[in-house]
Amino acid sequence: MKVAYYPGCTLASKAKAFDQTARWVAQKLDIELVELPQWQCCGGLVPQVADAVMGLLAPVRILADAQSIGDRLVTLCSFCYNTLKRANLIIQQDAERRQKVTDFLEQQYDGKVKVVHMLELIRDEIGFETVRSKVTRALTGIRVAPYYGCLLLRPSKEIGLDDPEDPTVMEQLLEALGCDVVDFPRKVECCGSFMIVNRPEIAAQCSATILRSASNLGAQLLVTSCPLCQFNLDWQQMRMLESNGEISPVPVLYFTQLMAMAMGIEPYLLGFEQHLVDPRPAVMELRL
Amino acid sequence: MAVQTEVATETVTVHIMGKRYEVPKGLTILKAIEYAGYRLVRGVGCRGGFCGACATVYRKAGDFRLKVGLACQTVAEDGMYLTQIPFYPATKAIYDINALKPSADAVLRYYPEVVRCLQCGTCLKVCPQELDVMRYIAAAMRGDIAKAADLSFDCIQCGLCTSRCPAEISHYHVAMLSRRLYAKHIASPAPHLTQRLEEIRAGKFDAELEALMKADKETLRKLYAERDIEPEELVPSTKTDED
Repeated sequence: MKVAYYPGCTLASKAKAFDQTARWVAQKLDIELVELPQWQCCGGLVPQVADAVMGLLAPVRILADAQSIGDRLVTLCSFCYNTLKRANLIIQQDAERRQKVTDFLEQQYDGKVKVVHMLELIRDEIGFETVRSKVTRALTGIRVAPYYGCLLLRPSKEIGLDDPEDPTVMEQLLEALGCDVVDFPRKVECCGSFMIVNRPEIAAQCSATILRSASNLGAQLLVTSCPLCQFNLDWQQMRMLESNGEISPVPVLYFTQLMAMAMGIEPYLLGFEQHLVDPRPAVMELRL
Repeated sequence: MAVQTEVATETVTVHIMGKRYEVPKGLTILKAIEYAGYRLVRGVGCRGGFCGACATVYRKAGDFRLKVGLACQTVAEDGMYLTQIPFYPATKAIYDINALKPSADAVLRYYPEVVRCLQCGTCLKVCPQELDVMRYIAAAMRGDIAKAADLSFDCIQCGLCTSRCPAEISHYHVAMLSRRLYAKHIASPAPHLTQRLEEIRAGKFDAELEALMKADKETLRKLYAERDIEPEELVPSTKTDED
């Protein structure tokens, strides 16, 4: 299966571990990820006002470039996914803005590329049974809490990846890997997001609530699909572990890192050294 | 004395800073400007497409698109409305390259405005070198210094990108920082450069330079006329609007 792949800036810098494990997992699952030959930032957000055009240039350029590779564009970062998918909807539904954007870009694009998150591709086209069949080191007995955050699920009418309040795609994936899924009530709450930049204390509070909830329910690992959620939870967790014994460590992994571990990746390819809260002690203790 | 018969020359009409001129067909913009009677002090340099001094913007009658070219490399065409942009103000940071690391932090420290990039791609449309300006800015911003250096390698610092950027980025200085970071901290050192620097420091070329400094005008003229020049076939052909 050949699909266009848009890594996005974060996966090319701070979240290289996400990119490299995703490519490894894709290969195992016979997905050929064809990285766009040239790409830039997706914009990070889709404009929220109806007459804003400038903010659409970046995502639409990416979508238009993807056309030459295939009918689907796969991405992994929740921000990129949200931005590209919603920009695509605007192009499909708003003829006036479509005209303006494509005129300015001097590229033809009518919204025909389907924006797909890797989780969607795995669920809908590869299937969890195939995932299960590729597992060489089942993560039996490991208590993993899936954390979705906001952008992977909401606004649900536009994103539609899963139920915004009670999603199951990561739970199903974790089950296929053999994990014990820890269902925790904060899994669709916000990590604090961009607040980390200008009001870090707010982000810290949001992330602390999520971490406490997961830790109290006995999670040994958290998994996410968002580099910013990963960073916020990782950063706040590092601070909490340094300051008090309030929580026991719950290293925050990308779902592709966990998949790769279950599918027998060489440990040095996991990129654990890029984490603030080192997952290695937990992983060793769990004998993974 | 017999008067030389005047050869009828085909001409084209160009407008230089709003004034109309008839110039012979086939001249570069630079030569057309000079033919029209301007003596260029700024806006001209190497005349070979390398120095970036003769950035020119133009429109053609009936076309809304703004076009660009190096005056020394672009042939003047009928109906061009021309002006040169010899200089454009740009932020230019002073830094100690040895003290920096090849990272996004170095770029953001000296050129924080790069994050204002709106990705409109206007810089892509005005680069006479047809560089991927927007993406070298993106690469620099995310710390991929090697890529930024590579994508901007052919930059001649004409400044047209900077003249058109709605985010007020001084792209070509960001590019220079990236290439310096690359050369200093990523690329492996070139032994021949070290050797040449040692030769210079040891005074190998001092006598030659001193002789030049003392030479009279006639000698300099002669030396200049007899200097080594690239063979004609290696000189890049002039660029027309079509290519």
